Amino acid sequence: MKIAIIDYEIGNLANVYNAWRRLGQDPVITRDPQVIREAALVELPGVGAIRDAMANLQKFDLIPLLQEEVKAGKFFMGVCLGMHALFERDFEGGTYDCLGFLPGDVVPFETKLKVPHMGWNELEFRKANHWLRQGLPAHPYVYFVHSYHKSPADTPDVIATAEYDGPVPAICGIDNVLGMQFHPEKSGRVGAQLLQNVVDYVQKG
Amino acid sequence: MLAKRIVPCLDVRDGRVVKGKQFKNIQDVDDPVKLGKYYSDQLADELVFYDITASYEKRNIFIDVVRAVAEAINIPFTIGGGIRTVDDFHQVLRAGADKVSVNSAAVRRPELIREAAERYGSQCVVLSIDAKKDGQGSWQVYVDGGRKNTGLDVMAWAKQGVALGAGEICINSMDADGEKTGFDLQLNHALSAALPVPIIASGGAGTMQDFKAVFDAGADAALAASVFHFGQISIPELKTYLQGQGIPMRGAEE
Repeated sequence: MKIAIIDYEIGNLANVYNAWRRLGQDPVITRDPQVIREAALVELPGVGAIRDAMANLQKFDLIPLLQEEVKAGKFFMGVCLGMHALFERDFEGGTYDCLGFLPGDVVPFETKLKVPHMGWNELEFRKANHWLRQGLPAHPYVYFVHSYHKSPADTPDVIATAEYDGPVPAICGIDNVLGMQFHPEKSGRVGAQLLQNVVDYVQKG
Repeated sequence: MLAKRIVPCLDVRDGRVVKGKQFKNIQDVDDPVKLGKYYSDQLADELVFYDITASYEKRNIFIDVVRAVAEAINIPFTIGGGIRTVDDFHQVLRAGADKVSVNSAAVRRPELIREAAERYGSQCVVLSIDAKKDGQGSWQVYVDGGRKNTGLDVMAWAKQGVALGAGEICINSMDADGEKTGFDLQLNHALSAALPVPIIASGGAGTMQDFKAVFDAGADAALAASVFHFGQISIPELKTYLQGQGIPMRGAEE
């Protein structure tokens, strides 16, 4: 399956690319509109700050293209900072308007626990029969590294949360838009299974 | 609930894994990619690859190892050893590493931590500290593979490192390293209590109880090498044991 990994100069894309390759998929790191249009799945990865992420999406003129593709039903997946970009606003170091594909904002952790929320944490699914749960163990752990999170945690787009001084949205999605706060490409067998589930879901149409 | 992490450390020289007892008596163990994959399959939570190649010219061999590891394994891994400049960070991160650990170079030029954190984010900057007891209730920072005492106080240096942007502290107790008599619990407790970032305990792992003790002392992750490489402790058994002791662990049952 053709997967477009958006190259907008935010973070390291090698690991995202390697993860799809290990599953036998056909990823390409690109910002070429034609390649993005032809892909069955578009992934927005990202590690860094939202200010740079949104500025670069704008700089490379990707926002109208992504809006068009999502509207036309293309499966669009944001990971970590790429997930933050899916919401309406982000309060990391200012107030930034984001893509608005999913409802809610991104806010800093307010906790006495260590920040960033870093390491392996357990997914708790809000939706019992969600297609992403296929093949997962009873206690699926995934790898998180983040200092900001989606809020609130109880809106209908929240598919799974992780417990860190309260529920933290870990997987959010509506229809053909999906966000993962953790790094599936770094989450061992569980991460690989989640990515495989995405492939299966997109292929089924 | 956030799990505590088990981290095997692989020392790599000229592209091969080795392990020294207190930096001496080095024995060959295995191929870094194979061993990394093995540990990842065993549910290690993270890996550290430490480059101990003496010659800077052979650096490209190690970068090839980093690239091959990134292609083969799907858990986070840290690269340490020989990191001197922001450009060194760039090279290993681009090859696929998730984090980079700095030690002596950061002592010589603390701004390296800030520069790397600003460019790549604190989450990928690990400050590694070789600590030795000073006999008066505190610890001193050593550099150059433990050969040189800097006179710096460990607690003060760790705090400065975090203020500069280090996202984690890896604390290696030189007194305990290679002895297999347990981690330095006092040192790990003091750092965990004082710092807002995760602490990776290193040096001294001998038994499964040692891991329990250091997690109880506040460490977020525990690093070990020879007990894993020589099969004295199996990671799945260790995780089952720790989970039974009430320590949150990732998927011993997976």
